[in-house]
Amino acid sequence: MSEKRIIKYYEAIREAHAESLSQDPSVYVIGLGVPSPTGIFGTTKGLVDEFGDDRVLDMPASEGGMTGVALGSAIAGERPVMVHMRVDFAVLSMETLVNQAAKWHYMYGGKMRAPLTIRMIIGRGWGQGPQHSQSLQAWFAHVPGLKVVMPATASDAKGMLMAAVEDDAPVIVFEHRWLYGISGEVPEGRHVTSLEGAKVMRSGKDVTLAGFSYMSLENMRAAEMLADLGIDAEVIDMRSLTPIDTTTVVNSVQKTGRLIVADTAHTEFGATAEVVASVVEQGFEALKKPPVRVGLPYVPTPTTPALADLYYPRAIDIARAALKLSDNDQTIEDTPPVTPWRDVPDPSFTGPY
Amino acid sequence: MTSPSTLENGFPSANTRLALYRDMLRVRLVEEEIIKRYGEQEMRCPTHICIGQEAAPAGVSTHLRREDEVYSAHRSHGHYLSKGASLKGMIAELYGRETGCALGMGGSQHLIDLDAGFMGSAPILASTISVGVGSAWTAKRRGHDKVIVIYFGDGATEEGAFHEAANFAGVNKLPVVFVCENNLYSVHTPLEIRQPNRKISELAGMHGVRGLIGDGNDVDAVWRLAEVAIQDARNGNGPSLIELATYRWKEHCGPNEDQNLGYRSDEEMAEWVEKCPLARYEKILVEENQLSEAIITKFHLEIAQEIDEAFDFAKSSAYPKPEMLSRFVYPEMRESS
Repeated sequence: MSEKRIIKYYEAIREAHAESLSQDPSVYVIGLGVPSPTGIFGTTKGLVDEFGDDRVLDMPASEGGMTGVALGSAIAGERPVMVHMRVDFAVLSMETLVNQAAKWHYMYGGKMRAPLTIRMIIGRGWGQGPQHSQSLQAWFAHVPGLKVVMPATASDAKGMLMAAVEDDAPVIVFEHRWLYGISGEVPEGRHVTSLEGAKVMRSGKDVTLAGFSYMSLENMRAAEMLADLGIDAEVIDMRSLTPIDTTTVVNSVQKTGRLIVADTAHTEFGATAEVVASVVEQGFEALKKPPVRVGLPYVPTPTTPALADLYYPRAIDIARAALKLSDNDQTIEDTPPVTPWRDVPDPSFTGPY
Repeated sequence: MTSPSTLENGFPSANTRLALYRDMLRVRLVEEEIIKRYGEQEMRCPTHICIGQEAAPAGVSTHLRREDEVYSAHRSHGHYLSKGASLKGMIAELYGRETGCALGMGGSQHLIDLDAGFMGSAPILASTISVGVGSAWTAKRRGHDKVIVIYFGDGATEEGAFHEAANFAGVNKLPVVFVCENNLYSVHTPLEIRQPNRKISELAGMHGVRGLIGDGNDVDAVWRLAEVAIQDARNGNGPSLIELATYRWKEHCGPNEDQNLGYRSDEEMAEWVEKCPLARYEKILVEENQLSEAIITKFHLEIAQEIDEAFDFAKSSAYPKPEMLSRFVYPEMRESS
């Protein structure tokens, strides 16, 4: 019935908001700049005109206290969606999320529900630097009671955000800014995709490339490079950190025997470690080689493009790791950046964020 | 503690007024040059332009000694330059070069110049406030004769860290001057939907901090308020908060104007441009025969040359070498003395 409809990731987020606001009068969206003319990089643009300023709200720059306010209203029966333009500002709400939101259902014996959704946006590029670009998803995933998801496609951007709003648990949705411009098929109307379960984006038999968020895109690019060299990679988009689906990865490794896991964050104490540990525990015999993790070096984000270009791993790094894992001595030539630096998602971008 | 008040007597000396004028002019011309060159896409970092807000740092800094310390937030170029920090270091930092004041690691949002007493800036709104208070606490504990000035915007007073730090500064009578540049907007969100109808300076009193308020675009007024606050801090009479009404002319982040977005009216912008801290002061000083066309021209020439040199320095400097990526994650052990 519905035709194939291609929209961008950021438009899909906006649709999720609009649809959730339409279908449930208890939903509201709040955050510094949510009703502003630029609307959180387009994701909330114009919603205030459609749904009014008592459901699409600005707020004081009080990240900590306002998260508690949202939690309180969630407990009182509303379904708040709070938006942080950068993860780094959401850090101010850690106490409320970790001690309160995560635990109210559990510590009151299931009598309290906090259907709270928090969007946190990961910045990257144009010198976002140490305090505007952090990928802190593992922090939240370590806390039982919070659900942490990372949609990597336009379809999931809408489907997982709508699912998060409908879920009775607090859900944190991490969005990577470099996904905002990607396109994909997204159904109109209510579109809900599961908050759990990894997804095979590409089938292959030689090596498993598992990834989170934007790194699933880099994994797909790496798979293309590898295909040219005769290596057939399977790409798995992990989609969520908690609950995490390692079964899909283990099943894939049973077939390929080789595993690379890529995340937008540091590898140390991060989600890649969780995936590798699970595969080792559940599928050790299948591994032909030690698994490889791809992530940020254990270093804060440098601002200068000269160092930021070295900081972020890319498809070519993943492809080269896969070659090595496959004992394949073919080489892949790197292509020079289209712009002087690799710190923008596409050449049309002329800064600043 | 006194209630917020506006102090109304005294003017800076003729020499001080010339220095204040020159200081504001210098910040203005630096910002204009950044705007002019930003489109060349070589300053690849978020950059918050302070045009329209030059009077606050000029009027405050003129009372400060080199060893006095300044902390700031994201819109810090004026605070940094007026404290006497290195222009070359700042421009090279915006260009991401190894000669930058933070060696390219921080960019415009993380300026520093320890030799000038500019201790750092960070864009998480209130986060440097408590850090500055900590430095003031140590100054008091160790008997160091110094004053700590902490600049922030109206939005920062909505974060808990501001209140917690002000409370601690108040109860311990710390040598701190909080300077709140109230420019009415947090990114695009107007003050009136973020805070009740009150003066930010009124928040100070209940924290044991003296609250002062004034016209942030009148550098003489800033100078007067800052004199009182800094003297109090220096003499052990405790902290003050100065709320300064001012206005940002450019977009929140970046070199452009943003009237097209419609969140600020053209009338409001025109009103504030009319109150330009620099043009207003120039007019007054010329009328009072303290400033001549010849001096204005001389200042322009001197500053233009300094700016040219700073940009040449930045653009001819090298980028940090790859090994610098992980150089500063942890400090190396100091040699034992």
